[in-house]
Amino acid sequence: MNKILSSFEEAVKDIYDEATILVGGFGLVGIPENLIIALRNSGAKNLTIISNNCGVDDWGLGLLLQNKQIKKMIGSYVGENKEFERQVMANELEYELVPQGSLAERIRAGGAGIPAFYTPAGVGTPIAEGGEVRSFNGKDYMLQTAMTADFGLVRAAKGDHMGNLIYNKTARNFNPLIAAAGKVTIAEVEELVEPGELDPDHIHTPGIYVQQTIEGKQEKRVERLTTRSSAKG
Amino acid sequence: MGQQDIREKIAKRAEKELKDGDYANLGIGMPTLVANYISQHKRLMLQSENGLLGIGPYPAEDQVDPDLINAGKETVTESQGTSYFDNAESFGMIRGGHIDVAVLGGMEVSSNGDLANWMIPGKTVKGMGGAMDIVHGAQRVIIIMNHLNKNGDPKIVNTCSLPLTGAEVVTKIITDCAVIEVTPKGLMLTEIAEGYTVEDIKKMTEPDLVVSEAVKLEAY
Repeated sequence: MNKILSSFEEAVKDIYDEATILVGGFGLVGIPENLIIALRNSGAKNLTIISNNCGVDDWGLGLLLQNKQIKKMIGSYVGENKEFERQVMANELEYELVPQGSLAERIRAGGAGIPAFYTPAGVGTPIAEGGEVRSFNGKDYMLQTAMTADFGLVRAAKGDHMGNLIYNKTARNFNPLIAAAGKVTIAEVEELVEPGELDPDHIHTPGIYVQQTIEGKQEKRVERLTTRSSAKG
Repeated sequence: MGQQDIREKIAKRAEKELKDGDYANLGIGMPTLVANYISQHKRLMLQSENGLLGIGPYPAEDQVDPDLINAGKETVTESQGTSYFDNAESFGMIRGGHIDVAVLGGMEVSSNGDLANWMIPGKTVKGMGGAMDIVHGAQRVIIIMNHLNKNGDPKIVNTCSLPLTGAEVVTKIITDCAVIEVTPKGLMLTEIAEGYTVEDIKKMTEPDLVVSEAVKLEAY
């Protein structure tokens, strides 16, 4: 059952070298900011990170890259990060690219006890080479296997003592899927609320998926500030 | 015509592909521009694969919400009737055929509708994002791009030389010069932009073109 923690240092202390970690977020939106910083400070190394993106050079998962803690990165788009490019070119970093929808479904499947599934995404492309392709009703699909991880790090807007979580807008993204697929899921919440305060009908992630919850203030850096005036021309 | 004018011209023509009542996904880059030209008489819901159905306009400075972005990671707003969901649901919506039309950019399109738009071998690999899923899910896949590449070579080719995003997935190609549909009979030229002739388009396109009997000249 969920445990409320008070220190980020304590929250990541069990994350060991060589661990596989699912990390929520799309770009910099919905990333567990303080857990990532704590993990950088912990120095755990040779990590395999599964996350849609790898942060930017000085924020989010980019901090772990800078500190050379990532052995392998699995994601769908990693183009926002020069250090990522440098480490790949220097053979310091392994990486695997997965179509975004397949990545999401692999994590969902992992949390839901489905070992594998077929999807049309990637058929006829380099990512299907060497994989299993099977035809259903005259159309080809490729096999994708489920993903789980030793740890899941997520961020939510609100959480309670039971580990129930509610996300805000597009900060939901991969977080609910990751909460279910992490063997130990640690939730960083913007606001820890009193028991009974969350409407049970509005909970996005039921507390059964969350082992540890910690409240943290978010910086919420904006990767691409676009406003009505900036977007003109 | 400068590249910015060309992008606007293509985006304006692409807008005509969005029908009243459509659920549409606009890709990153030039396809995002299409939203600027959507007729006020059309009721459209724009889907963003990071988990948003109902993208609104870019925010005013005091409306920026760091938790609200589109798939290009730009800050956006909600339209009326917006819903949010996780990424598995978002791609279930896409893969399940619920999106009427996707407008995406392209590097190469082949005569049978293969699309290459995610990597150039030898350059750094950035990733495919959601493109490989979207090309198989959307009911109509519209590719918008310049007719020729920077070297002046055709981007519409017999066989793609770049790694594919999807095989036999493209419905229609809209360029700065022409509109070409992918049909069982081959590529069919249906519209020609101002300043070009049928012969011009044939010269700029590697595969043979079937010229539609109803081909529109000076169409846009």
